[in-house]
Amino acid sequence: MTTYVFHDTDVLLKRSLRHILRSPDTIITTAITPIAMLLLFVYVFGGAIDVGGASYVNYLLPGILLITVASGIAYTAFRLFTDVSGGIFERFQSMPITRSAFLWGHVLTSVVANLTSLVLVVLVALAMGFRTGAGVLAWLAVLGIMLLFTLALTWLAVIPGLTAKTVDGVSGFSYPLIFLPFVSSAFVPTESMPGPVQWFAEHQPVTSIVNTIRSLFEQQPVGSDGWIALAWCVGLLLVAYALAMRTYRSKLA
Amino acid sequence: MTTKTAIEIVGLTKSYGDHAVLKGVDLSVPAGTIFALLGSNGAGKTTAVKILSTLLKADGGTAAVDGHDVATEPDQVRAAISLTGQFAAVDEILTGRENLVLVAQLRRLDGPGAIADSLLERFGLTEAGGKRVATYSGGMRRRLDIAMSLIGDPPVLFLDEPTTGLDPQSRIEVWKTVQELAGRGTTVLLTTQYLDEAEHLADRIAVLHEGRIIADGTLAELKQLLPPAKVEYVEKQPSLEDIFLAIVGHDDAAHQGAQR
Repeated sequence: MTTYVFHDTDVLLKRSLRHILRSPDTIITTAITPIAMLLLFVYVFGGAIDVGGASYVNYLLPGILLITVASGIAYTAFRLFTDVSGGIFERFQSMPITRSAFLWGHVLTSVVANLTSLVLVVLVALAMGFRTGAGVLAWLAVLGIMLLFTLALTWLAVIPGLTAKTVDGVSGFSYPLIFLPFVSSAFVPTESMPGPVQWFAEHQPVTSIVNTIRSLFEQQPVGSDGWIALAWCVGLLLVAYALAMRTYRSKLA
Repeated sequence: MTTKTAIEIVGLTKSYGDHAVLKGVDLSVPAGTIFALLGSNGAGKTTAVKILSTLLKADGGTAAVDGHDVATEPDQVRAAISLTGQFAAVDEILTGRENLVLVAQLRRLDGPGAIADSLLERFGLTEAGGKRVATYSGGMRRRLDIAMSLIGDPPVLFLDEPTTGLDPQSRIEVWKTVQELAGRGTTVLLTTQYLDEAEHLADRIAVLHEGRIIADGTLAELKQLLPPAKVEYVEKQPSLEDIFLAIVGHDDAAHQGAQR
């Protein structure tokens, strides 16, 4: 059966990619929220935020990239929910295809869709004056971190996608994820926050990931933030994957 | 193997919490027949079909499809069956043809495009084949749904309430399709709450009531359960369905209607 995993996943991946191509609005809507935030913070609030002399769009972009993924995975959950609540999920499950192929098709589609949105956001940031001297290796490192982060959140999104009863329930789960970056170093330096808030901001995953990407773009040493970010992403990925697979198995006979 | 059994169920039970849906169902479906599982809403028809198609696990009893146990050999069962569920299991965003190609690819068949085209032709969907399923009528969706189930010629077909929610013309189209299938040797287990559907299509009928099979046999056998018919003279009035089909002028439909 193992050789069939790739064949079945490939067929189902192409199916959901076709869905996205036919409704490109999902990618555009995914990119619009972060782009609006980028515009709002750079051109409205940014002037009043002191980030120590750096260009604010350079400072802001890493956090905006995380928000892009956080809003993008709402569609991952939505696409899964549509399949499960319609009859097609049962058709696939009653066919002789590999059990995990259905989920992997959706997960890989989510990765492709989110990377596309990320590219859109980066292009807008470049037009707004974002500049980096980062070399190929640094860009690859940024890509790697974003890929891990996207996979982790995607597997997290699989859970509501499989279990939600209504469309509202599906998308609701992503709101806290979109707002988590606000209490981090994504928009303002954490030193400006009052004690307990600062403690939270410095110990939640967004800050270490944002700091890592920022350092990579600024060609600064990543330091311990890099390892912490990696640990958060991999840890979150493993936990989300295990929970999602458990949910999936309990849904199967 | 002359009297091969396609589906064999013994003592099947299933509960959801305290609510017992199936309370020991026994059923034997000979290969190549159309078998109707008749019952009102909530009788457990869908639950039985879901267990047979490996979507649900039974609490007790055994079920075998095409000689394979659904609990221990689900992969072999899946290879031998197709399920057309209560709600059309089609991909709305894809075209009709793409839906068929998708299933052919997932069944790892050669020439998925050719398979799709021949099924579109057979189900009168050639013109609509390039359009998205979202634009299809209920009857067209159902036909596509059944067409998707036929890919790979599975020997056993489950049709869960195939005509629920369809207009009379689409209903007759589905009936015709099912009869053709039986002519090709496919075993069809269909669930329905419409008595006339069971009477019209099925070789054998089982009545599922409150989680048990309370009657099982051919239509003639079931009729013997009643006292002998008394001869009465009644003026034949056309049914509203006969009238509807006659005035909308659907030739096949009128013909089928008259046969009944």
